[in-house]
Amino acid sequence: MEAHLEKRFQDKIDQEIKIEPKDWMPEKYRKTLVRQISQHAHSEIVGMLPEGNWITRAPSLKRKLGLLAKVQDEAGHGLYLYAAAETLGVERADLVADLHSGKAKYSSIFNYPTMTWADIGAIGWLVDGAAIMNQVPLCRCSYGPYARAMVRVCKEESFHQRQGFEIMMTLCNGTTEQKEMAQDALNRWWWPSLMMFGPNDDESPNSKQSMAWKIKRFSNDDLRQKFVDVTVEQAKHLGINIPDPDLNWNEETQHYDFGEIDWEEFWNVVKGNGPCNKARLDARNKAHDEGAWVREAAVAYAEKKRKRKEKVA
Amino acid sequence: MELKIKYLLQIADNAMIIGHRLSEWCGHGPILEQDIAMTNIALDHLGLARNLYQYCARLEGGGKTEDDYPYKRDVRKWRNLLLCEQDNGDFGKTITRQFLYDTFNLQFLTALQDSHDEHLAAIAAKSLKETTYHLQYSGDWMIRLGDGTEESHDRIQKSVNDLWMYADESFLESEADRWALNEKIGVDLNALKLPTQNNRTEILKEATLQIPESGWTQQGGKEGKHSEQLGYILSDLQFLQRAYPNSVW
Ligand SMILES: [Fe+2]
Ligand SMILES: [Fe+2]
Repeated sequence: MEAHLEKRFQDKIDQEIKIEPKDWMPEKYRKTLVRQISQHAHSEIVGMLPEGNWITRAPSLKRKLGLLAKVQDEAGHGLYLYAAAETLGVERADLVADLHSGKAKYSSIFNYPTMTWADIGAIGWLVDGAAIMNQVPLCRCSYGPYARAMVRVCKEESFHQRQGFEIMMTLCNGTTEQKEMAQDALNRWWWPSLMMFGPNDDESPNSKQSMAWKIKRFSNDDLRQKFVDVTVEQAKHLGINIPDPDLNWNEETQHYDFGEIDWEEFWNVVKGNGPCNKARLDARNKAHDEGAWVREAAVAYAEKKRKRKEKVA
Repeated sequence: MELKIKYLLQIADNAMIIGHRLSEWCGHGPILEQDIAMTNIALDHLGLARNLYQYCARLEGGGKTEDDYPYKRDVRKWRNLLLCEQDNGDFGKTITRQFLYDTFNLQFLTALQDSHDEHLAAIAAKSLKETTYHLQYSGDWMIRLGDGTEESHDRIQKSVNDLWMYADESFLESEADRWALNEKIGVDLNALKLPTQNNRTEILKEATLQIPESGWTQQGGKEGKHSEQLGYILSDLQFLQRAYPNSVW
């Protein structure tokens, strides 16, 4: 019976028919999706913090409005994604509790600090840029609710990427100090951005199954290569340098060769030792704890209102 | 002209500072949906401020830009109400501040739609739609928190008591207010007092909250006399423009 269901499930996937919440699915498929979608949602929410750090200090009205709207979009992405995860039979409150306890992971990139205004440009350009590379294929993910959420998310991410690039462009066309600020931000965000694509393919054991299930469409290394190829050209356009002495155009492969990623740093940040891991979790927990009385009041009021209605009726 | 700019800045600075305060919540709200809602409201206020600063820059000419007003004036040149600069405190204090402001702003913008300055009237009409929603939001939360749990009731009552001395500064006329009323550009603040207070009373009653006895009203914001809080807002807001003067961002 199970084998028969599994075959039908895989046939559907092979024919590019979307899997919907009520359809039968292997338990491992469901679990993989819950983990991936919730991690993705957590990343959107934690990702609000490094950029939110500059909302009150954005240097002009245009930038302040742009940044505020961007960070708000990320909150919206978190909402759609939690909703997509809930279609798989989990509760947002439980997922959020796992984030707050440190059990659930989120994208390590947000464990780096935003020190200068140029970091806001660099995040939009590189981090949203890398996110798009990862996420555009997810618009065709086999699981319907996730794929549909990603269509909305991707539209906004590409706007964020353009906005970030435009901030970088303005800095690069500005004073010497501003251009130095832009270069410094690129130096700090480049390698962590490459790490966003995850471990090398031979170190990524779950990828093969995800590919077969069409949750994943391209390998980590392929996506990373694509990102490097596109971004190097954009850096040239900005007139700033990618901080990699091994970066070279390879005529044969028609791709850029690039240096070895510091995987020790990557795993170290994943394990919780990044410069801001603690600050990010503390901030999330603080917001949650300080909001408890508000949430309780909302529930209590709704309950009173319901009872009053019953009395009248 | 000078009085007209002063009048416009009173309105713009309120929106700028209260929008800035609300934007401090972004990423730290008690509920994700409320985080989004408060940011929406912050965006409305900041958008209004920007429209008005643009208008000021156009009227003044001489290469002035929209950013000159928020980014290059020190505390004594700001004309916002003291209420707008009060710190966020807990969610209840923020809601109370917004509620006191929204109840005034609704009446104010309704009247300002009839301004003989057509541009200003158009800006007011657009903002009025947003403000109706803002008051719906802050009013609903006043009721929810006031009539929620014992803790929420006590917290919000304390915020009402603490902020009450800033509630009515908006009705005190400045020189610019008198000039604008005379020119039929502005509104009669005295006429707004009763409907605003009725609106407040009605919602506070539904929220099962005590209306504080009217006492002393803190004043001075419109004349550039501020609390100590505004300086800290400006040191954040203006940091980059001050640290790297004459740069384009
Ligand atoms: Fe996002
Ligand atoms: Fe984004």
